[in-house]
Amino acid sequence: MNQAVQAAPAAKRKPKETGVPENTKYLHPTLAKNYGNWRYHDRPRPGVLHHVAHSGDEVWSVRAGTQRQMDVYTIRKLCDIADNFAEGRVRFTIRSNIEFIVSDEKKVAPLIAELEKNGFPVGGTGNSVTMIAHTQGWLHCDIPGTDASGVVKALMDELYDEFRREEMPNRVHLSTSCCEINCGGQADLAIIVQHTKPPVINHDLVANVCERPTVVARCPVAAIRPAMVNGKPSLEIDEAKCMCCGACYPPCPPMQINDPEFSKLAIWVGGKNSNARGKPTFMKMVAAGLPNNPPRWPEVGAVVKNILTVYKEDARPWERLADWIDRIGWPRFFEKTGLPFTKYLIDDWRGSRYNLNASAHIRF
Amino acid sequence: MAKKMHDTPNLDQLESGPWPSFVTGLKHLAQDKDYVVDLLGQLEESYKTKKGYWKGGTVGVFGYGGGVIPRFTELKNADGSAKFPDAAEFHTLRIMPPPGMHYDTATLRKFCDIWENHGSGLIAFHGQSGDIMFQGATTENVQKSFDEFNEMGFDLGGAGPAVRTSMSCVGAARCEQSCYNEAQAHRAVLNTFLDDIHRPSLPYKFKFKFSGCPNDCMNSVQRADMAVIGTWRDNIRTDEGLAKTWFAKHGMDELVNDVVARCPTKAFQVKELSKIKAGEHTSTVAVNDTHGIEISNQDCVRCMHCINVMTGALAPGKDKGATVLVGGKSHLKIGGLMGTVVLPFIKLETEEEVEQLVDFAQRTIDFFAENALEHERTGEMIERIGLANFLDAMEVDVDPAMINSPRMNPYVRTDGWDAEVAKINARKQAA
Ligand code: HEM
Ligand code: SF4
Ligand code: SF4
Ligand code: SF4
Ligand code: SF4
Repeated sequence: MNQAVQAAPAAKRKPKETGVPENTKYLHPTLAKNYGNWRYHDRPRPGVLHHVAHSGDEVWSVRAGTQRQMDVYTIRKLCDIADNFAEGRVRFTIRSNIEFIVSDEKKVAPLIAELEKNGFPVGGTGNSVTMIAHTQGWLHCDIPGTDASGVVKALMDELYDEFRREEMPNRVHLSTSCCEINCGGQADLAIIVQHTKPPVINHDLVANVCERPTVVARCPVAAIRPAMVNGKPSLEIDEAKCMCCGACYPPCPPMQINDPEFSKLAIWVGGKNSNARGKPTFMKMVAAGLPNNPPRWPEVGAVVKNILTVYKEDARPWERLADWIDRIGWPRFFEKTGLPFTKYLIDDWRGSRYNLNASAHIRF
Repeated sequence: MAKKMHDTPNLDQLESGPWPSFVTGLKHLAQDKDYVVDLLGQLEESYKTKKGYWKGGTVGVFGYGGGVIPRFTELKNADGSAKFPDAAEFHTLRIMPPPGMHYDTATLRKFCDIWENHGSGLIAFHGQSGDIMFQGATTENVQKSFDEFNEMGFDLGGAGPAVRTSMSCVGAARCEQSCYNEAQAHRAVLNTFLDDIHRPSLPYKFKFKFSGCPNDCMNSVQRADMAVIGTWRDNIRTDEGLAKTWFAKHGMDELVNDVVARCPTKAFQVKELSKIKAGEHTSTVAVNDTHGIEISNQDCVRCMHCINVMTGALAPGKDKGATVLVGGKSHLKIGGLMGTVVLPFIKLETEEEVEQLVDFAQRTIDFFAENALEHERTGEMIERIGLANFLDAMEVDVDPAMINSPRMNPYVRTDGWDAEVAKINARKQAA
């Protein structure tokens, strides 16, 4: 599989298989000099990290939000700022924030002013709501139920102040995913497409585009069987079994899972990858059935803001969303957020018994 | 000047508001590029109909089988011609970044020039797997732009059933918690598998991620087939000056409620100075003239919490290395799986030690290539065959650090028990 067609047969240049490049030449000189020898850091203000090395050297990193999918003009603007107000070296965080590294504290304030003047919010450090990990969506993916960059833009407009402050109980990581594959990943709070109707099969195309055994094998609940439809080899779905995950769609585009009305959005909370305090946790679904409502997805935004507002008011210092819910319990989570607890939130997938309450531990 | 813009009433609404707008960026590009005018046209159509209009295909660069994500428009007129012909091909190049995603501005500007010349001018820093995603080039221009990126010293990342692009945290470059040289391990491992990155032929994708400490900033435990997470074996280090500074600022309530109460194993205690007991496995430090901290390091699970709260006052020990977990993945198809511990501790200080990690990665990939079913990730494979069988194949000794608890059911044949005990005893004697 994946036999690539050569893009430009004329240009038979052999690739240089250089792999992952060294980072040494890109490092800020103070980082290179003190590599592996840092002593501590603090945060003089939201959006600024101050690191002190064992040598006594210091650096300030100013963190700013970006739109991630950037046009070259925006990147050049960031480069101009790095050259004129910082020291020409930057790095990106895993959540697509950019960091400008300077070795002189006096550069910090003018750098911040220049960034904000140009529309780049400074923040995303410590106990803030930082930028949303996201994916491709309608802009570039071949299977999306919704957009990615647009959802993120709409939400970050709403969460803008929380990005620029450090007022949450602990850091808040968000993600969005435009299908149930969840490229956006685990997060304190995630927004993920949740289809609600089985795929509608375009039987005319199945025979031409799909390897039927592959598609059959892809279904997590064995709901797909080969079938002859209108005299052509196709597939059929046991709609009573199908849980609408969309896994059959990438290998077989005629299995149309995306629907403008029935592809909904779900909200998940409590994912934590850090080992700090409790072990890492997976996120749990707490709301579904939200409409896929571009260009600004107001219904989703309202639920997200509501959960974050309740968390902000109620959680104690250092409690991530998962830690907070561990303390207050799920009944009060649903009570305080006002989210309806429906039967669909009771797990019945593999290992689900571990998610049931096998004790008399109940908070009243 | 490019051609006239299409009406984009939906996308226009994403230009207001304080967060930087990708729509404004695209419109800026569209001033000079018909390509982006039509991209905006197609995207607006998606916003209107709530449907995606890209399909995959096969496009690549000479010599490689992956790393380019092909996209062809499916938005057609009745006669089969593309509705937005200038954006009918919109392929993405995945390019591997330097570890820690550090750049100088000259490099970024050169990326921009190449992509403005050959592509749409739209670049994502970065994809969730870590690639620099150069989004939007025609089939013809994929090779041209790759050649220029490649000449700069950058190479394509993974796509399809391949070893994928990896990420490592900022770590040793700027973080006091770093427990190994993440960039070195990242490059040593990934650059061993260039063939498996560039010519996809594994049962399914395989992802490595490198985090310098258990804070796991790269989110490796939930996403990586092989997660390398820094840790240490000896005692937490202390710095009395910084401990006293911290305490003077934060006080006893915070020390008790935010640190003591949140230590998952109760290894962390606050005591009157006179009651603090030093010991081989104990870290102690005064926070003022009357009170101090006592940490029982044998009970500490290296969760990082106290060190995060009191950074500098407390620090990872000196006998550093990493824990390796295998089998993390997202939902498809059996549900999310965390990686599980396979190597509780390895040193990564010398080149030979890093080579041992590379060797372990090699053997894992070889086993995966031979034993995984098609479209099965390592986590699913291990669930199917059992961790013990995987360890056996990897020639890794079992260790209780790999489990949450021993089994809770009797459904196992134990007639090899005595032989296993004899093996363990023989190993102990040999050691
Ligand atoms: C069929 C079309 C698919 C497209 C277009 C797609 C697109 C993407 C993109 C663009 C990324 C970011 C890549 C990067 O950083 O370079 C990504 C990451 C990811 N994809 Fe996909 N994907 C597809 C299929 C899948 C499938 C079938 C799965 C699950 C089995 C999957 C799971 C993931 C996950 C978990 C990530 C995050 C990776 C990480 O954080 O390391 N994707 N995807
Ligand atoms: S989450 Fe799904 S739709 Fe979105 S980019 Fe990933 S594979 Fe595509
Ligand atoms: S949507 Fe999911 S459950 Fe339904 S047929 Fe497709 S793969 Fe099976
Ligand atoms: S994983 Fe640990 S070492 Fe790496 S950046 Fe995060 S806190 Fe620092
Ligand atoms: S690092 Fe160790 S001592 Fe500190 S909070 Fe975690 S388990 Fe407790």
